[in-house]
Amino acid sequence: MSEQLSLAKPALPSQRKGGPLLEVEGLTKHFPLRDGFLFKRQVGAVQAVDGVDFTIHEGEALGLVGESGCGKSTTGRLVTRLLEPTAGQILYQGHNITHTDRKHLAPIRSQIQMIFQDPYASLNPRQTVGTIITGPMEINHIQPPGGHEKRVRELLETVGLNPEHYNRFPHEFSGGQRQRIGIARALGMQPKLIIADEPVSALDVSIQAQVVNLLQKLQHELGIAFLFIAHDLAIVRHFSHRVAVMYLGKIMEIGNRTDIYETPRHPYTHALLSAAPEANPDDEQERIRLAGDVPSPINPPTGCRFRTRCWKAQQKCTTEEPPLLQIAGNNTGHLTACHYPQDPTTATP
Amino acid sequence: MPFLSVHDLSVQFATEDGIVKAVDGLSFDVERGRTLGIVGESGSGKSVTNLAVLGLHNPRNTAITGEIVLNGHELTGAPQRTLEKLRGNTMAMIFQDSLSALSPYYTVGRQIAEPFRKHTGASRKAARERAVEMLRRVGIPQPELRVDDYPHQFSGGMRQRAVIALALVCDPQLLIADEPTTALDVTVQAQILDLLKQLQQETGTAIIFITHDLGVVARICDDVLVMYAGRCVERGTVRDILTTPRHPYAWGLLSSVPRRKAPVDAPLRPIPGTPPSLLKPPTGCPFHPRCEFREYVGDTRCQDERPMLTLDSGRGAACHLPAEQQKSIFAEQIRPLLGRS
Repeated sequence: MSEQLSLAKPALPSQRKGGPLLEVEGLTKHFPLRDGFLFKRQVGAVQAVDGVDFTIHEGEALGLVGESGCGKSTTGRLVTRLLEPTAGQILYQGHNITHTDRKHLAPIRSQIQMIFQDPYASLNPRQTVGTIITGPMEINHIQPPGGHEKRVRELLETVGLNPEHYNRFPHEFSGGQRQRIGIARALGMQPKLIIADEPVSALDVSIQAQVVNLLQKLQHELGIAFLFIAHDLAIVRHFSHRVAVMYLGKIMEIGNRTDIYETPRHPYTHALLSAAPEANPDDEQERIRLAGDVPSPINPPTGCRFRTRCWKAQQKCTTEEPPLLQIAGNNTGHLTACHYPQDPTTATP
Repeated sequence: MPFLSVHDLSVQFATEDGIVKAVDGLSFDVERGRTLGIVGESGSGKSVTNLAVLGLHNPRNTAITGEIVLNGHELTGAPQRTLEKLRGNTMAMIFQDSLSALSPYYTVGRQIAEPFRKHTGASRKAARERAVEMLRRVGIPQPELRVDDYPHQFSGGMRQRAVIALALVCDPQLLIADEPTTALDVTVQAQILDLLKQLQQETGTAIIFITHDLGVVARICDDVLVMYAGRCVERGTVRDILTTPRHPYAWGLLSSVPRRKAPVDAPLRPIPGTPPSLLKPPTGCPFHPRCEFREYVGDTRCQDERPMLTLDSGRGAACHLPAEQQKSIFAEQIRPLLGRS
């Protein structure tokens, strides 16, 4: 099993990062809301993702954190083009793939793979493990040397499963093992980018660590770039080189993991970090309590979207939307969208 | 005398594949005004234990043995009628999934008022007022208006608050919360944990808090019981379990969670393997197939002999490792991984 690998050497973030692999600019997705009988008029829109910019370099892991409904999963689905963007553009290795048709998208799609949250719903219960992993290879006419079966057995071994499990069905596996099958299926395409949408949140704690270690090993050994979507801040810190914090369809703050976790500037990042409980009874840091719930994305607040729950909000926050900028005091590449950011020196470590 | 005392509880289910020993010889006490956390992975018997306390198992396929004593009354084998009087009244439960815990056909107010009317015989009007008051207590804005809303009109955090209001409507003396914050976002989770703590301070309710999240345990629990394969493997105060755990399974749980303050490159140390099937639990110590420290005990003792849980002023671990060795292994091999001094 792959557990031993994790014990052997501490995982270092890859030092050599290549050029930009995926560039996203002004990405927007509005889901229309229709009402009325016969002639369905559009009465509004759920502004799930609203003008999101980020770049993922080759071999880099970008973490995307936020509460439910902030648009992080929608962003993942837009990047894989499972959803059609309303506006903005997606560049993959410099090619604009924002509205590319299915036929021309096919070769690129095989390089961008997805790992899903629910290991029970994402595997066909009527297919054997072999068929599940071979499927995408056949669709994309990938002929591995030595044939499909040999390749599948290799892949099973890579993800820490017994190659003898080739002819078994998903129900014979536990949640963590199923997630490994999903990972093997993604790896069969030799992807350059993996979109992992909450890959471990459905698993038990002891199994989560096994899967995170496996993904990290793949990232370092195969140089795969990741968009790692999760709500668990500690796991995102552990896995990602850079982290983007989303709130109501917008990126509030983005930067290296040390910038985000050691010197966060946005009040929302502070609130998220202080709300996440640590398994330490001596963790006596002052806690910021946010009142209320996330507002509805159908009718988001004007100006700064976080202002309704923010303790620093002023008149300016209502009228003027703060741009995502490298504000004074930030390190290079650390961008914050806030009019009244937290002082970097008083940030909780 | 503890408010709830469970002694040598075993719960077995008859299934097509054989008998599942979901809980095997579990004992614990809960005092008034204190919170006991029950920690473990899925299938460890946490929820089954509490359904047994509430008497919610189907008696046709479930065999429950042992003693469950609530405030001096024996609950095992008690008639349904007695249990019905206690449930929702003296003891109440908060379920994990607030959407399925509330009926979509009735207003939130009516669902909160119903158990109050049943247990106290209050009038419709008084019960409605009580529902409004409960919604206000759990922090729902404009409770006079929201009391007539249906569950789908509430957000996830508000629904969980409504479920808490429903559980607390008859001022229960024992509250069982089964993963009440798992489905919620961290900021809302923090609000709910604060709310439960505050309500406990006001009413002195005893709480059993079931969770798999050790961070949540650190915030809300006074005492902790770690379950594995239907048995208690370690017990102690929250400080004992989180700072000086003795059982290798507790070590594994702690070191497999990434920590925000640990060095970024510190690898996670998962527990190898998967939890056992309860149809055929392992012999001896149930954790021995996944335990990395069984060589320290030597021979096949872990395989052959079931370690007993002996408590010394509420603290103990069911492990064959001698106490001194438990301390030294934790200090030398586990603590450095946790990023704490």
